[in-house]
Formats: sequence, structure tokens, C-alpha cells
Amino acid sequence: MPPVDVDATVIANARLSRDYSVLSLAAPEVGRRTQPGQFVMVKPAGVTDPLLRRPFSVFEVLRNGTGDITGVSILNKRAGRSTRKLYELEPGDVVSCLGPLGLPFTPVLAPTEAWMVAGGVGLAPFATLAEALAASRTPTTLFYGARTADELFYLDFFSALGITIVLTTEDGSGGMKGRVTVPLEAALKSLGPAGAMVYACGPEPMLEAVAKLAARYNQPSQVSVERVMGCGLGGCYSCVVPVKHGDEEANLVRSCISGPVFDGAELVWE
Amino acid sequence: MAPDLSVKLGALTLPNPLIAASGCFGYGVEYEQVVDLSLLGGVVSKGLFMKERQGHPPPRIVETPAGMINAIGLQGIGVHRFVKEKLPLLRKAGARTFVNVCGTTLDEYVEVTKVLSQAEGVAAIELNISCPNIKEGGIQFGCSLNGTFDVVSAVRKATHLPVIPKLTPNVTDVASFARASEEAGADAVSLVNTFLAMAIDVETRRPKISNVMGGLSGPAIRPIAVRMVWECYQLVKIPIIGMGGITDARDAIEYMLAGATAVQIGTQNFVDPFVWSKVLDGITDYLTRHKIEKLSELIGAFDPTPTKTVHA
Repeated sequence: MPPVDVDATVIANARLSRDYSVLSLAAPEVGRRTQPGQFVMVKPAGVTDPLLRRPFSVFEVLRNGTGDITGVSILNKRAGRSTRKLYELEPGDVVSCLGPLGLPFTPVLAPTEAWMVAGGVGLAPFATLAEALAASRTPTTLFYGARTADELFYLDFFSALGITIVLTTEDGSGGMKGRVTVPLEAALKSLGPAGAMVYACGPEPMLEAVAKLAARYNQPSQVSVERVMGCGLGGCYSCVVPVKHGDEEANLVRSCISGPVFDGAELVWE
Repeated sequence: MAPDLSVKLGALTLPNPLIAASGCFGYGVEYEQVVDLSLLGGVVSKGLFMKERQGHPPPRIVETPAGMINAIGLQGIGVHRFVKEKLPLLRKAGARTFVNVCGTTLDEYVEVTKVLSQAEGVAAIELNISCPNIKEGGIQFGCSLNGTFDVVSAVRKATHLPVIPKLTPNVTDVASFARASEEAGADAVSLVNTFLAMAIDVETRRPKISNVMGGLSGPAIRPIAVRMVWECYQLVKIPIIGMGGITDARDAIEYMLAGATAVQIGTQNFVDPFVWSKVLDGITDYLTRHKIEKLSELIGAFDPTPTKTVHA
């Protein structure tokens, strides 16, 4: 389905912490079209600062009490000017929202297990994927790492879907202390013959480690990358990543239209 | 009756003056899902050399006040793949395709042009003699009057297609380059390409884009580019395609008043890929409101008489 551009009213902007918020947007046309792993390009409407939109994975597809789709939310982390402005939005403010864009995750079915590996704000694409996996009764685990326990969000949401949750924090304030790849590798070591599809989204070093671990244990992976992006539609060629198919030379491909989800085995790490 | 938005670029008649700028619209086909390409006056392809190019490593863009700096480095598929893979799709979509031609040598400009001249569905050649982001080719021609004259003359002789050099603003007197282009047989000129610029991350003391320097585009450059169009309009008779920071109908009309026959939209297409119909509607509204039947009447219709200051 082609993307749509809507001036979406902010329904809520729930501050989860000093840096994180969940920005809920009244954009039913975007929500109805969204598949897990797709993204939207967002900026406050009618301003030239910021000029360009920023890419965000669709976090939730929002529904009302009777199950009708009412919009989407994004998981926003304050990192610069644009994300700070989004963090400060209030209900009633209007946001330009273009989407959904990009290639989605490919869900797997039982008996293969689905393992979602999230680092920090990289949790974003996994709420919708978790719902799809739960609907197909695929056994699913979320490996979720953050800086501190109070930056581990939406645990009840994933629990309610019947998903196994494995937590790590850098300071040990929640779950295991250390990197999320440690419990992931332990799980890969004891994985049964049905195998697992490893989904990953988070900081680049984590993505590289996860893709390499999956490959080492002969499991496929789907990795959602984040790049500085200008347009989201393939026009500007700013969001390229090196991708290698088989024995071909690596090519710089646009993560907005050939991604953001890539086969982890085809990404070239620099 | 709806006003007539058509404009003439030499022998080419466009249904309206809005053209998608090179490097800002992929190969055009990417945008088919959101825009009816036949409704645009034209589409300019990404810059093409004979061979494929990988371009610069990311990060390739950074946002700056009311604009952005880019150094993509002319990543591209080369002219042969373009003709084989993209041109048929553009033809099918009804696009008027302008191809942005690059070269590291004068011969390469000629060779790329010859390939395109034999292909079906190319409306015009836009000569990229102004990319600020590559070491060889491009701007070495565009920053020298003799270089500009030589490359335009050589390409002019090599093709039946309209030849439109795209000029760089990174010179002291852009109008003299428009005149050199005209003398060399150009059918029109397009201006401006981006302004050479840079941005530093003060926390890390490192450049914000990998190539260190890049080209500034967006609303930030519009007043400078409008001035340059006006300077060229006074010096040359060939049509001018104006560009730089156009976001809406008023901006497009401003360029036309300054002397542009057509305009290109680049950065704003990143901001809003649905910009095209909005600008077209806005131009129609403007013409209706001012009781003007033909948009082409606005070309160069700027009145430089100073107005008395009115304190609103």
C-alpha cells in the first residue's frame, strides 16, 4: 500500500522518563496500512525548524474500545533538536506524519521460535511484531537491554502477549548486568532443532554483535537499521548501508526502500 | 476558464513549470507511488556518469538552519543501466525526463550525452558542471568560463536534444557563466546548484558529514538564488530554470518574476513529497486572483521600482 501523508493531531505524549516519550498520533490511515517493522517520517507540522522529518519505527498501532484503528504511536528518545521538540509536544499539537514506509519484518511461524533483540529505543518496532507473532502463536522471546532499569518500558505489554522476557541493564539495576548479547548467546547455545529467527533493533554495535552471533549459530536474522535519512522514499540517497548478496561486491543501498529491515547475513559491518 | 500554466523552454513545451530537481527525486520512478509523474512539468534524473559510482560514505546529509548540507557524491547506476532499467518506466509513467549528465572529462560528458541521444524518451540534457562534492569533473568546468563554454559547445554538437547547463553559485558572477553557456549554444540554463558549505560538531570537533564539505540547499539559500536568477535574466535571452529553496507557490512565482521560465523543487520534496499538487494549486489560485490568463506572462515581470515603506 502506498504511504499517506497526514497532519496528525497529538492524542497523548506520555513521558516515560527524562528522555523517552510515547507520542500517540491520530492517523488511522497510517495505522491501517502499517506492517510490523515499517516506519514513519515525522516532524512538527508547519515549521521550518526542523526542516526535514525524522524516521521512527511505528511503535504501536492504536485502537479504540471497539477495536477500530485510530492511529499510531512512536517511541521517541531525546537525542537532538528534532527529538527534543517531539518530546515537548502536547495533546492537540499537530505533526506531519508520512507513512508507512520501508520493508517490514517477515514473521516466522512455530515451531521456529521468534527472538526479538532490542537495545534501548530499538524496542520500537517490536510491539507490533510481538502482536503479529502472538496472533500466529509463534513462541516468542524478547531480549531487551537498556542503560538502567527505569529505561525498560512496556514490559507488561509484552507479558500480556505471552512473550518470554529476558532483561539486561548496563548498571545491573534491572535484569542481568551487562549486554543483551550475553543471554542471547546462552540461548543460542541451547537452542533446539526447530531453530529461531533472530530479530534485532538497537545501537549499531549491538546489531553487528547480534547478526554475527546468529550467523555463528547458523540462525537467520532480520536487522532493523537506523540511518540519517532525508526523505524516506528513495529520493536523496543519504541513508545508504553496505549490503552484500553472496559473492557479489558490497553495494550501498538505500535503507528507506530496501530496508530498514535487512537480512543480517547480508549487511556489511564497517 | 483555468489559467494556462504551460511554459516553453526553447523547443520544449511543458504543461507547467514545476520540475523535480536532480539528486532530490531518485530516478523518478521511486516517486510513482505518491505522485503522478505526468502531472509534473518534468523530472530530472540523478546525475549520471558512464559508469556506476558508489558515492561518499554516510553520514551524507545534515540539517542546518532552514536547509541542509549534502555530500552524496553522485552515487549512481551509470547511463547504460539508466537507459535500460529506468527510462522505460519513466516513459510509461508519462514523465518528461531531463537527464542530469556528469563527466570527469569533457569526453565523458559527450559520451554520456550520445548514449542518451540514442535512447527513447529523453526530453533534455541537464549538464552537471556544478556539483560541489566530487574531486574530478563537474565544478572544474563550471567554475571556469572557458571550461563552461567548451563543455557546452562539445555537448551541443553531439546531440539533437536541448542542452541545459546547471550552473554553480560558487562563482563571483554567475551571469557571466549563463552568458558563456548561451554563446556556446545552450538552449537554457538552470541555476543554482548548491552552495559549498560545512558544519562542525562542536562536541566532537568532527565534521557533521563524512566528506567534510557539502552543498547547502533549502529555504536558507532562496534569496541568494533569486538574486542570481534576476542577474542572469538581465544578461541572457535563453530561458532560465530557477531553483533553490522553493517550498510553495509564492516561492515559485518569486523565481518566475525574477526571470525564471520554469522552476525546480528539490529539498522541499524531501520535506513533503506531495508538494507538487499544492504548488500547482497555489499558482492557479494566484493567477485567478490576479486575473492572469497565462502563467508565462509572469516571467521576468518583476518591477524593481522601490515601494514606499508601509508599516503594517
